[in-house]
Amino acid sequence: MIIAERKPMNEITGFIEGKAKILVVGCRGCVTVCNAGGAKEVEILASLLRLGAEKEGRGLHADELTLERQCDPEYVEELSQLMDGRYGAVLSMACPIGPQYLARRYPEARVFPALNTSFLGGALAHGVWSEFCQACGDCVIHLFGGFCPISRCAKSLLNGPCGGSEGGKCEVSKETDCVWQLIVDKITADGTLDAFMAMDLVKDWRTSRDGGPRRIVRQELLR
Amino acid sequence: MKGDFKSGGRLERVLRAGAFAVTGELGPPRHADPEDVRKKAGYLLGNVDSANITDNQTAVVRMSSMAASLIAQGEGLEANMQMVCRDRNRIAMQSDILGAAALGVNNLLILSGDHQSFGDHPEAKNVYDLDSINLIRALRDMRDKGVLMNGRELPEGGRPRLFIGAAYNPFADPEAFRALRAKKKVDAGADFLQSQCIYDMGRYKRFMARAVDLGLTERAFFMAGVTPLKSMGMAKYMRDKVPGIIIPDALIERLKGVPKDRQAEEGVRIACEQIEELKAMEGVSGVHLMLVEWEHMIPAIVRQAGLLPRPVP
Ligand code: SF4
Ligand code: SF4
Repeated sequence: MIIAERKPMNEITGFIEGKAKILVVGCRGCVTVCNAGGAKEVEILASLLRLGAEKEGRGLHADELTLERQCDPEYVEELSQLMDGRYGAVLSMACPIGPQYLARRYPEARVFPALNTSFLGGALAHGVWSEFCQACGDCVIHLFGGFCPISRCAKSLLNGPCGGSEGGKCEVSKETDCVWQLIVDKITADGTLDAFMAMDLVKDWRTSRDGGPRRIVRQELLR
Repeated sequence: MKGDFKSGGRLERVLRAGAFAVTGELGPPRHADPEDVRKKAGYLLGNVDSANITDNQTAVVRMSSMAASLIAQGEGLEANMQMVCRDRNRIAMQSDILGAAALGVNNLLILSGDHQSFGDHPEAKNVYDLDSINLIRALRDMRDKGVLMNGRELPEGGRPRLFIGAAYNPFADPEAFRALRAKKKVDAGADFLQSQCIYDMGRYKRFMARAVDLGLTERAFFMAGVTPLKSMGMAKYMRDKVPGIIIPDALIERLKGVPKDRQAEEGVRIACEQIEELKAMEGVSGVHLMLVEWEHMIPAIVRQAGLLPRPVP
């Protein structure tokens, strides 16, 4: 799923500077699961902003609302009654796909992203998330023991660990596993090392972002 | 490893003649003054068979390796131009390969490159369109099959006649895989390989024994990387801060036993003992002396290590 993180408070307060009335909109999708932009986080952010405004001796009216999904026109439509100009700013707490949907549907509104999309990944433990995919558009993890070297190796190497792999950690950060250590352990154990040695993979990046913004059209689903 | 010369350059001729080769390293300056390159080339000329010209080493912006290679060659020093996969995509790298060959570069050494987070522009986007092994194979195909990566043919006289270099690091992990990674490079087309700085001779020996077993040393020239330790401080720094380098405690102890102002001398002595041992080691075809920002010491070290005179191939 998409792992997102809230922007620093000073950036967010900058968005709403001089606004008396704002709407904070959450999303029940990925960002609820990764504790970044669900109903709970909407409540926290709205409270923090009200508190901050109070401290500065001015009032702030902050409404809260959490949609099923912000990346879906059907749910975005639920805001239509509210988008009559009453809010000076709309803070979207979806991953930044959400605010793009809001801004497109409600061109008059001032929509701001309250979160950053950090990466595509999952939780490793409670409160710890890690990147697992870079959406290259042509998955090859089966060639690498089920691990993704494109997103999980700092250099996207396809032929083994670089000369900086040490003690299972990546040269770029001692906090990060060297995915190549994991891959080598796995393919050595499961007997696919020979196949790996013979492999000569050159990535075709056309399916990745490098080919330009991507789009999928499924004829059978078109109505 | 007989047969026609790949490049006909000096390094290739020395290695093929079976002489113990010596390469050095020249770090281009962080500015545009060519004098700096000429000065360093002066220290290396006549003392090494070829000098690696680094490509924005440690991800710090420097004069381009191609430009510095040309300046060094103008001084009579054969360049071993380095190319890292960090900063350019396959279009730029193939183009630079054609350009380097056209300008008379004989050796091209391909590396993944240090990650930009170590350098002076950590804000940079990295490329890694290809990895080093992808690029080694691409270069071999350009040279031997006369085709670009997309299959487009190069005319007979327009193939890049380059002797292909690669790096190997016996000291990174996982240890058991290091020789296999070197094999991947040899399979892809590396003609010669230079190692990371060796301090742990035991581990290096184990690596070379494996490389010999795998038949790699029959198919490519393996050179051993040597960097004299300048001081105990440098030794500790490298041990603790530089990924992929192992410095045994015994070496640190040995430097500790010497007064500070004599540690550099002791470091050079250790390096010369290492070179003696490497000369006799099965599968080792030469040494690669990495004395970045210490280039002026090259003549003394090469003399002390008994590597002079360099053969005229
Ligand atoms: S190979 Fe591509 S699609 Fe598969 S996990 Fe990695 S980046 Fe994602
Ligand atoms: S240490 Fe491992 S994960 Fe990090 S860049 Fe090198 S090979 Fe990739």
